Amino acid sequence: MIKNLLSAGDLDRTDAIRILDTAEELLGVASRPIKKLPTLRGRTVVNLFFEDSTRTRISFEAAAKRLSADVINFSAKGSSVSKGESLKDTALTLQAMGADAVIIRHHSSGAPHRLAQARWTKGAVINAGDGTHEHPTQALLDAFTMRRHLVGSTGSDLAGKKITIVGDVLHSRVARSNALLLHTLGAHVTLVAPPTLLPVGVDHWPVETSYDLDASLEDADAVMMLRVQAERMNASYFPSAREYSRRYGLDTARLNRLPDHAIVMHPGPMNRGMEITADVADHVRSVIVEQVTNGVAVRMAVLYLLLGGAAGETEASEEGLS
Amino acid sequence: MSSYVIRGARLLGNDPVDIAFADGVITGIGTGLDGDEVIDGTGLVTLPGLVDLHTHVREPGREDAETVLTGSQAAARGGFTCVHAMANTSPVADTAGVVEQVWRLGREGGYCDVQPVGAVTVGLQGTQLAELGAMADSAAGVKVFSDDGKCVSDAVLMRRALEYVKAFDGVIAQHAQEPRLTEGAQMNEGPLSGELGLVGWPAVAEEAIIARDVLLAEHVGSRLHVCHLSTRGSVEIIRWAKSRGIDVTAEVTPHHLLLSDDLVRSYDPIYKVNPPLRSNDDVEAVRDGLADGTIDIVATDHAPHPMEDKECEWSAAAFGMLGLETALSVVQQTMVDTGRLTWEQVAQKMSATPAEIGRVANQGRPLAVGEPANIVLVDPAATRTIDARDTASLSRNNPYAGLTLPGEVVATFLRGRPTVRDRVLVTPLSTEGASA
Repeated sequence: MIKNLLSAGDLDRTDAIRILDTAEELLGVASRPIKKLPTLRGRTVVNLFFEDSTRTRISFEAAAKRLSADVINFSAKGSSVSKGESLKDTALTLQAMGADAVIIRHHSSGAPHRLAQARWTKGAVINAGDGTHEHPTQALLDAFTMRRHLVGSTGSDLAGKKITIVGDVLHSRVARSNALLLHTLGAHVTLVAPPTLLPVGVDHWPVETSYDLDASLEDADAVMMLRVQAERMNASYFPSAREYSRRYGLDTARLNRLPDHAIVMHPGPMNRGMEITADVADHVRSVIVEQVTNGVAVRMAVLYLLLGGAAGETEASEEGLS
Repeated sequence: MSSYVIRGARLLGNDPVDIAFADGVITGIGTGLDGDEVIDGTGLVTLPGLVDLHTHVREPGREDAETVLTGSQAAARGGFTCVHAMANTSPVADTAGVVEQVWRLGREGGYCDVQPVGAVTVGLQGTQLAELGAMADSAAGVKVFSDDGKCVSDAVLMRRALEYVKAFDGVIAQHAQEPRLTEGAQMNEGPLSGELGLVGWPAVAEEAIIARDVLLAEHVGSRLHVCHLSTRGSVEIIRWAKSRGIDVTAEVTPHHLLLSDDLVRSYDPIYKVNPPLRSNDDVEAVRDGLADGTIDIVATDHAPHPMEDKECEWSAAAFGMLGLETALSVVQQTMVDTGRLTWEQVAQKMSATPAEIGRVANQGRPLAVGEPANIVLVDPAATRTIDARDTASLSRNNPYAGLTLPGEVVATFLRGRPTVRDRVLVTPLSTEGASA
């Protein structure tokens, strides 16, 4: 198993399936009366968030706590970082405090790589979203959700499944991580966006691309809608929010053109009425809320395998995982 | 002052010959020459002192990164006897006062001539011409003007600047970067920028400005110099402009000759530079352009930064790399050892032509009797593994650290006085150059 989780591309098929299968086992913990395992007792996990993200932070926090780790939340706002402290000094401080894992969210692409490769911390580094680069645990929870609905069995991948990802791919770390992981798991990915929101060099990615959402719905097993940031709406990436919504938004008419088994996904938070209409967001085929639940299980699995794995699997299972 | 003779070194890489000099002037070239001090030049190459058209010395304002003195020392170690100090200091070198200060600090240090570059616009703000004439008339005698670090993007202002400097034979050295196309840009725009999620700096942002500026230079009949050109398209535009007879010159940096954007995959800001490291195809194109004369000179864009500006996340890091102490080695590796350039041509592109573009009268002169004794002695057979700590610069942002490069400067003479002897820096005996 890898030491850090910096990119969805760090995971080979075996590692990815191992995480998904472990998450499958851990999902049950949430429904127990006492939602806690002793696996990471005595370990310290730091949530190092340089960028606001309540959803991701509490998901990681819940995951760590359910494994009995001690959790330190570090938010850049109001901290020494706002007084000009560098990432390096922050990391050295955390190292001095004995962090076993650092979960980092940062506005700068590559910040988790710097943290891991410059050896400012000895703990495992988990990328919780860096700039416009990647968000690997989001891709894992998405893959987990897809596998539950489209395949159903543990030990399997997503071979042959057709996944359509729609929206602002250019600025989306979710899209990058999904493109890599879904390819590793054997799925066919189509990225749909206006040409202004597809990155230069996307033709080198292991995906298909399309400018036409309607043409990409008929045989999709899952459709993932990406959030459109408000600041893009007046930056000439597209003429207007209305036009974007007409051409790339998911409404009931488009939903009805999907195959019956297809699911609708969104990493959240949603702009209802922009990339997705409210009725589609709340539709029975929408698994958006379930993605959140699955996120905790997947992050538990990642923490367990990166930290608990180091202590030896037998010990972990003795502590009651299986 | 002692007289020196360098015995049996290969003059401009040609046959071995003795070269004697005294009182700052070359007194003899031949065989069996004598002097107070004899330097064995066996196996070494003699070149004229190198001239850099593009150095950042950071003084005034950021003396923690580099001073005129330490920059001059790094230059001497790299074989340079003259560097042009860019204007983006704090305060900006946009007045006669600042340029004279930089010029004087260089003379007082005595390691190399520091020729200030004046800002084109007040405070590099791109809105109002700086007092170009006052800087030209100052003791520093500024001939090169540049807002380097920023592009003179306003077409009217660029036209006026090109026209205005004709009065004193000046040249505008343009940092070609269309600002809107490069907002937030972090690295070369290409497949890798998309993959890494870093905002791209597209080649067209450089090429569009170069294309515009060569047409402006043609229209007003003035001299244009293009700083640190980095793309295949830029080379093609310069080639076209020269074929039309437009008075344009261009430079390429050592790092654009050797390094490419795949290094950015490490997210290590040591590789963050502006313009960014480009693709391997661009590297090939700039090597070709330098070999065939489309690109006139190599200029270092030596850009010192303190470690805290590089030991951080990529997007927070400063743009820039050190270059003075490794430039000749990089040129040897990429151009000489590959057979693309002779040492004679290296002398042209790293000494004579940059001095000519900068209109520096006593630098970049031929190695001939009666000429100033600005001489560098190079050991082309030496190899060295670059150590970032082994530098005269106050900064350590060296992208070549750990690489093994060929060639080493054995000695540098500025007007006949050694600034480097036996591969180490020596204190200049006096500041006799102050009145030169």
